[in-house]
Amino acid sequence: MALPVAFFGVFFAYPVAAIVARGLRVDGVWRLGRIADVLGQSGIRHVLWFTTWQALASTALTLLVALPGAYVLARYDFPGRHLVRAVVTVPFVLPTVVVGTAFLALVGRGGLLDELWGVRLDTTVWAILLAHVFFNYAVVVRTVGGLWAQLDPRQEEAARMLGASPFAAWRKVTLPALGPALAAATLMVFLFTFTSFGVVQILGGPTFSTLEVEIYRQTSEIFDLSTAAVLTLVQFAAVGAILAVHAWTVRRRESALRLVDPALTARRPRGARQWTLLGAVLATVALLVVLPLAVLVRRSLDAPGLGYYRALTRDDGGTFLVPPIQAVGNSLQYALAATAIAVLIGALAAAALARRDAGRLVRGFDALLMLPLGVSAVTVGFGFLIALDEPPLDLRSSWILVPLAQALVGVPFVVRTMLPVLRAVDGRLREAAAVLGASPWRVWREVDLPLVRRALLVAAGFAFAVSLGEFGATVFIARPDNPTLPVAVARLLGRPGDLNYGQAMALSTILMVVCAVALLVLERLRTDRSGEF
Amino acid sequence: MQTKKLTALAVGIGLVTLSACGGSGGGAAADSKTVTLVSHDSWAVSKKVVADFEKRSGYTLKVLEDGDAGQAVNKAILTKDNPQGDVFFGVDNTLLSRALDNGLFQPYTAKGADTVEARYRADQDKHRVTPIDSGDICVNYDKAYFSAHKLTPPTSFDDLTKPAYKNLLVTENAATSSPGLGFLLGTAARYGDGGWPAYWKKLKANGVKVVDGWEQAYNEEFSGSAGGRKAKGDRPLVVSYASSPPAEVVYADPRPATAPTGVATGTCFRQTEYAGLLSNARNTAGGKALIDFLIGKEFQQDMPLNMFVYPVVEGAKVPAVFTEYGPQAGDPQTLAPDRIAAHRDQWVKTWTSLVLK
Repeated sequence: MALPVAFFGVFFAYPVAAIVARGLRVDGVWRLGRIADVLGQSGIRHVLWFTTWQALASTALTLLVALPGAYVLARYDFPGRHLVRAVVTVPFVLPTVVVGTAFLALVGRGGLLDELWGVRLDTTVWAILLAHVFFNYAVVVRTVGGLWAQLDPRQEEAARMLGASPFAAWRKVTLPALGPALAAATLMVFLFTFTSFGVVQILGGPTFSTLEVEIYRQTSEIFDLSTAAVLTLVQFAAVGAILAVHAWTVRRRESALRLVDPALTARRPRGARQWTLLGAVLATVALLVVLPLAVLVRRSLDAPGLGYYRALTRDDGGTFLVPPIQAVGNSLQYALAATAIAVLIGALAAAALARRDAGRLVRGFDALLMLPLGVSAVTVGFGFLIALDEPPLDLRSSWILVPLAQALVGVPFVVRTMLPVLRAVDGRLREAAAVLGASPWRVWREVDLPLVRRALLVAAGFAFAVSLGEFGATVFIARPDNPTLPVAVARLLGRPGDLNYGQAMALSTILMVVCAVALLVLERLRTDRSGEF
Repeated sequence: MQTKKLTALAVGIGLVTLSACGGSGGGAAADSKTVTLVSHDSWAVSKKVVADFEKRSGYTLKVLEDGDAGQAVNKAILTKDNPQGDVFFGVDNTLLSRALDNGLFQPYTAKGADTVEARYRADQDKHRVTPIDSGDICVNYDKAYFSAHKLTPPTSFDDLTKPAYKNLLVTENAATSSPGLGFLLGTAARYGDGGWPAYWKKLKANGVKVVDGWEQAYNEEFSGSAGGRKAKGDRPLVVSYASSPPAEVVYADPRPATAPTGVATGTCFRQTEYAGLLSNARNTAGGKALIDFLIGKEFQQDMPLNMFVYPVVEGAKVPAVFTEYGPQAGDPQTLAPDRIAAHRDQWVKTWTSLVLK
C-alpha cells in the first residue's frame, strides 16, 4: 500500500497541487476570491452547463446504441466475435487527434452522411455526441457485456417457463442482475464524456467548449493560470463526486451473483429475429466504428506503392530529428516501461484494496486511484514541469517522465481489472497455506499469483494499449529526439503538404494495428471473471 | 515452471523501475560542453548545419521542442527559475511582450546583430532578444477552384468582403490559434482600432467560417491543400502562411510544375520570431555562441526549406523553390510588439463576441 500511495502522492497529487497553487497564490497570498470571480462569469457558466448536458446526452445515446451490442457480443456465438470485440475497443485506446480526424471524415463534408443524404454534422453538437458513442461503445460492451456473458441464462428461461413474456422475464430477472454493471458503465461513460477534450476540440469548432477544453485554453493559450486553477478545482470536485458514486456501485456489484463460464452462455443465433439483431449490431459497428477507421487506412494508402509508409523511414532532417518510423520503437519502449510501472503499482494497490480487512480509508483510495482519468492532462503536464524539477526529484529531462505520466492513466485500468479477481480468491486458501507454515510472500506466490496470472496479463495488456495511445500528458514532456506515435502524428498533421499528411495517416494506421493486435492478444487471455474493461 | 517465469517477470519489473529511478539524475546535470535550445515543435534544421556548429564551437547541441509556439513560451515562463535550457527560440511579436514582461530573457547583443535588417529589430534599448526569422500570415487560395469558376482570386482584405467571395473563406479562432490571431492583427493594423470590428462584421455577413486550429482549417476545410483535397474541403480560401504554397510543392511526390495554391498578397501580416538567452541559463557562453550561430548565414540560408520561414539577415539567399512558388508579400501589415501587448486581450475578447457568438 505504501508504494501506490507514494507513487500517487509524488507523481499526481504533488504536481497537480503545485500548478493549482501557482494559479491561486499570488505573492504568497491565497486568492480564493478568484473562485467566485471565475464562476461568476457567464462564459464559464455556459461552459459548465454545456459540459454537463452534453455528457448526459452522450451517455444516454451511448447506452442506447451499445446495449444491443453488449447483448449480442455476450450471448451470441458467431465467427469473428473476438475480432469484433477487439475492433470496437480500438477507438477507446486511440489518441483523439487521430480519431477526431477519422470521425470528421464520416460526419463532415463529403463524408458518408453527406454523400447519401446531404447531411453534415461537423461543428454541430451531433458530431460530438456520435463521436462519444464511437469512443465509449467498448466501455458498455465490456462492462455490461462482460457480466451479461456470465449470467446464467437458465434463470431467465425458468421465468419464461412460468409464463412471463420475453420482455417481462428480461426486466424482472436479467435487468436487476445487470443493474450494478449498467450503473458502473453509465458512470464511466459519463466520466469520459464529462472530461472530453480532443473530440470537442476537433469536432465542436470554436463555439463548443467543455471544462477540460477550457482548462487547456486557459493554461496553454491564454496563460491565465488562476482561471485554469479554479476550473481544475471545479472539475476535480465533479469527478470526485462521479467516482464516489462509481465506487459505491462497484462495491454493490460485487455482491454475490451466480456466475457461469461465458463460453457456456453464448450460442449460435437462431431464427429470423436473432439473426436480424445480430445483423443490426454488426451494421452499427461497421458504420460507427469500422468506417471512420477505414477512412484513415484508405487515406494512408493514397500514394502509389505505399509511398507514405516508405517516406516514414526517410531521414531528411525535416519534421523530426529522426525518421518518423522510429516513433514506433519509441512508443513501444515507453509503453513497456509504463506498463511495468502501472502493473507494479496497480497490482499492489489492488492487493491492498482486496483485503477483507481493508478499512474505509483504503477503500476510499480506490476512487482516488481513478482520479487521473478525470484530471486534465495539461494540468498534470504543467504540474510535472514545475514540481519535478529539483533534486531529489529532478526528473524533468529524464526519459522516465513519459512512462510515469502514461502509467498514471494505466494504473486505474490495472486496478479495475485485478480487483474483482483478487476479491474472488477464497481467503481460506490463503489461511490454509499460512497455517501450513508458508511465509506471506510464499502464500502470495503459490496461492494468489497462479489465480490472478491471467488477470495480471490482461491488465498489463490494457495498460500497454492505453500507454501507447496516451497523448495529452505525453505531448508536454516527450522529447524531440524520441517522439511517441501519437505525438509524431500530431506533429505531422501540423505541417502543410501531401507527404506530411499522408505520413500522419500511415503512422495512425500503424498505431491502430499495434493497438488492435495488443487487444486481440488480450481477447485470447480473457479471464473467467474479467474486470470492468 | 510457471512460477519461475512469473518471478522473473516480477524481478524484471522491479529492475525496470529501479533503473528508471537510477537514470533520472543523469540528463539534468549541467554540462558546460552541451548547449540546450528550447523551441516549439516547428523547429527543424539540416543535420549538416548542426554538425558544423558543433564542430566550430565545440559544444554539443541539444534541442527540446516544447509544443506549439504559445505553449512553448508559456512553459518557458513557468520554468524560468530553473529553465530547461540555455536559449529559447520561437517567441514571435504577438507573444514577445508576455515573455519580456515575465523576465524570461537576459540581455545579449549577438555577434552579427548589425546584419539583421532594421525592420525586424525589437527591444532595441535592452537587447534581450535577437530576430531570427520572419514569415507572413496570408490568405491562401485554391488555384483550381478559381480557374474552374473563372473567378479572379482576391488580393486584399477589402476583396474578402465582396459578394463574389461569399462563403469561400475559412479562418482560425483568434483566441486559440496563432495564424488566427495574426489575421485578426492584420485587420487591426489595416483598419485601425475603430475600423476593424466593422470589417469583421462585413466578413461575417459574407460567410467567413471559423474553426479552432490551423490543422483543421488547412487540412480539412481548405480545398487547395493535399489534406483538404482528400477530405473534400469546400473552402477555396484559407488563412495560412505565405510559405504554404512552396510547402505543397516540396512535400509532394512527384513535385508538381506549379504550386496548387497561391497567396493573396494584400492580406498578409508579418510575424517575426526571436531568440534570447534564458535568464537563468546554466551555460551562458554556449547560449551566446548558439544565438550568434542562429543569425549566421549558414543557418539563415538553411531555415527556409526546413521551417518555411524567411531569413532576417542582409544578403541571406532564399532557395529557388521559395521565390518560384511563394511570392513574398510586397507590403505586409505589421504591428509593434508593445502595441500588440496593450491591445491583444481586449481585441480577442471583442473579436470573440463579434464573430463567434
